[in-house]
Amino acid sequence: MSTWETVIGLEIHAQLATRSKIFSGSATAYGAPPNAQANLVDLGYPGVLPVLNREAVRMAVKLGLAIDAQIAAHSVFARKNYFYPDLPKGYQISQYELPVVAKGSLEIVLEDGSRKRIGITRAHLEEDAGKSLHEGLPGLTGIDLNRAGTPLVEIVSEPDMRSAKEAVAYMKKVHTLVRYLEICDGNMQEGSFRCDANVSVRRAGSEKFGTRAEIKNLNSFRFVERAINYEVARQIELLESGGAVVQETRLYDPDKGETRSMRSKEEANDYRYFPDPDLLPVELDTAFIESVRATLPELPDQKAARFVKHYGLSAYDAGVLTASRELGDYYEAVVEAAPQDPKLAANWVMGDLAAALNKENLEVGSGRLPAARLAGLLKRISDQTISGKIAKEVFEAMWSQGSEADAVIEAKGLQQITDSSAIERAIDEVMARNPGQLADYRGGKDKLFGFFVGQVMKATGGKANPAQLNELLRRKLSG
Amino acid sequence: MSEFHKLGLTALAAGLRARKFSSVELTGALLERIEASQQALNAFISVLREPALAQAAAADRELAAGRGGPLAGVPIAHKDLFCTEGVRTTCGSRMLGNFVAPYDATVVAKLKRSGAIVIGKTNMDEFAMGSSNETSYYGPVRNPWDPHLVPGGSSGGSAAAVAARLVPGATATDTGGSIRQPAALCGITGMKPTYGRVSRYGMVAFASSLDQGGTLTASAADAALMLREMAGFDARDSTSVDTPVPDYVAALEEPLKGLRIGLLREFFDKGLDAHNEQRVREALKVFESLGARLEEVSLPHLPLSVPVYYVVAPAECSSNLARYDGVRFGHRCENPRDLNDLYRRSRGEGFGDEVKRRIMTGTYVLSAGYYDAYYIKAQRVRALINADFISAFKSVDVLMGPTTPTPAFALGAKTSDPITMYLNDIYTIGANLAGLPAISVPCGFVQDLPVGLQIVGPHFSEARVLTAAHAFQRATEWHTRIPAAYA
Repeated sequence: MSTWETVIGLEIHAQLATRSKIFSGSATAYGAPPNAQANLVDLGYPGVLPVLNREAVRMAVKLGLAIDAQIAAHSVFARKNYFYPDLPKGYQISQYELPVVAKGSLEIVLEDGSRKRIGITRAHLEEDAGKSLHEGLPGLTGIDLNRAGTPLVEIVSEPDMRSAKEAVAYMKKVHTLVRYLEICDGNMQEGSFRCDANVSVRRAGSEKFGTRAEIKNLNSFRFVERAINYEVARQIELLESGGAVVQETRLYDPDKGETRSMRSKEEANDYRYFPDPDLLPVELDTAFIESVRATLPELPDQKAARFVKHYGLSAYDAGVLTASRELGDYYEAVVEAAPQDPKLAANWVMGDLAAALNKENLEVGSGRLPAARLAGLLKRISDQTISGKIAKEVFEAMWSQGSEADAVIEAKGLQQITDSSAIERAIDEVMARNPGQLADYRGGKDKLFGFFVGQVMKATGGKANPAQLNELLRRKLSG
Repeated sequence: MSEFHKLGLTALAAGLRARKFSSVELTGALLERIEASQQALNAFISVLREPALAQAAAADRELAAGRGGPLAGVPIAHKDLFCTEGVRTTCGSRMLGNFVAPYDATVVAKLKRSGAIVIGKTNMDEFAMGSSNETSYYGPVRNPWDPHLVPGGSSGGSAAAVAARLVPGATATDTGGSIRQPAALCGITGMKPTYGRVSRYGMVAFASSLDQGGTLTASAADAALMLREMAGFDARDSTSVDTPVPDYVAALEEPLKGLRIGLLREFFDKGLDAHNEQRVREALKVFESLGARLEEVSLPHLPLSVPVYYVVAPAECSSNLARYDGVRFGHRCENPRDLNDLYRRSRGEGFGDEVKRRIMTGTYVLSAGYYDAYYIKAQRVRALINADFISAFKSVDVLMGPTTPTPAFALGAKTSDPITMYLNDIYTIGANLAGLPAISVPCGFVQDLPVGLQIVGPHFSEARVLTAAHAFQRATEWHTRIPAAYA
């Protein structure tokens, strides 16, 4: 329905990659046996007190600087009070009125290639809760507090997105960014990066926002897209049939592909936020902020712009190659070793290499095919030792055997034939063997040119230099 | 030697070091006094006879070898909200009736390192909420001066134990007067340091921005020694302050001459019992005779301290006590039907009425729609009260006044009217709201009941406050009086 406009805001929770928890010395590593990483502070024992992990603050500031946000000189931790078994203290320590980061933004690239700025209202630090376990515990609830107290940064966007695709593009952008900054491992299966989506619809042209529903805990890009699309359709259908959207929290069921009501606004908790008297306000001076700024890496947008400028790549290719820091680094390492043709390098990294990695579910940093080795292959294409087509064969051998390009070319005798007399000899033989086709060609059947190319290639084992072959063949055929 | 109890903390520490008697002898004698008094006073929730004697024997070995800290071999008691490893820590509540702390509070660990023997855990108002020690799940504590009267609270057990000379010193905490008020009502010396001077780690929280650990002892000199051993920065408490601890004992003998004393006009108001006032004014004359100068000062916002306190403290307590949910430790109801039933009955059964009243008050003042009107406004007034104190300390060195409006009152006299009970802390709450050090010292008797003089100093002026109190005690003998039944 084109008469409706979708309005989306995301709250992204990124788990910070600190070694210890935000308010205790417990380790944060994933996958330990239940409660093995929960000390007395995490368990909320009587008398214990929180002590802020400075590293978490540094990481939040790093994020703030990367999204051009204001870093608060004075921010405050507050208690969000509610009862839940996996919330040991009966409150979550978070930031409420005075977050550490406010008023930033990011740019996303839309499908038509245009760019759109998405506002970021705030980013604040908070502790994660634990997990309730039900599996294998009939009639009981188990509680694992390993995750309790893990530092999170919650990144709250403005309601600036107008489609599920935009929401996914934004979420991917944030995902890329936090990994560039090395403040979050971005592992969505383990819950290190997840989001809540606030979704509403309104009549096109309307200034007023519609009533929104909040979809909780989406932990994959695909789920975000599907959940939003489902929710938008649900709301439009409701409104068009004369109903009204209720403000509520909903859960996405990936098996059924639908969202379900979790609790209404009336049932919502009154969290009774107030400043946590156990923690001092966080005071950050310019020197600290500047010291964090000095650790900022080249950011994805800066890197992409540089790729366009230095390597002559398209904006699209530059975007793909900078989607992760590892991929960008790999690409640059390839270009450094084989500087002749950066575009060719881009095609190989995004094409054959990406496909091969994908097939085996490997990351670019896996070391399966070091950049220098791929560069070795590209050099042989550039110096015309092999053709692009042969190169694919060489690549496959390199991939499966872990060998160098030159070794494969040598062993299989795949060097391109660039010796004109050798190519001419092959052409002469083919012409002699196919007098009928030759006569037809000369009689005006131009299409037979392709037939002769194929025959000569076959005769040379595919090694004839294609450009040379074309030129020589055209000359000989025309007599 | 059966006169141990007449010696204070300082004298006992010196006697032990001089090997005049052993820690085992001393500890054994005090254990006998504790056990003999328990039925009449109910000052202790746990008496740690065997472990205390074992610690005493170990202390004797240290002392024999010429080692041991400043408090080596001296038995003390801890208010039962300081976590003590392997020992039940109840906070005077049924909720923690089965709670054995797995760690030592920083204060407990520091005093252990100083050589002190932990002889027991003292009774207290439930979660330190009360001014009469009548809210304890473990029964009320009685005043050693008259068993029909309350000892004050919430550190009533610690105060009664020191007043009856069952121990030479006990830890205590003060959120709105819980050290100074029972000290006044029991005729002993109660020292509440500056907020942040003593670590709160392991001290079960009532109201985090107000709670401060301190001492109950017979004299200011004993308080100086004990506080010196307890105080100091603790990286595990973000609100503890990283500034060096002066040697309070060494500072005690500094001259008082020229001390400018501010008399708080707001403290000498119509709520103050005339006899109490007389004792306090007599004490002020003693200070004058020691060379101090008196001048009247006014803290205009101070009369608002009780309402401010009863917004801030319940707000923080409602959140601090949310962790007692029957899930990980503490009381859990039988056969909960579901999660809500587990919460409702575990908390309903585990907490007493006063605790529930404050949790409900605190929940209310933090609720949406009321937060600004109550909590925010209270914090603003709190800032004004703090500013009043700071401005008063520009012209005077310390402030003095009564600790309480009246001497000890009868058990049950105020339990039916919480507001009257709350008003008993009217003179003590200001120092908590502003985080100031304050001491109560005995300054005479009204109808055979002790009366307390309160001395309040600027932030981190413990040495000055203790020195003033010590000078007064050198000139008077009120602090040496022992209730007849325990003499």
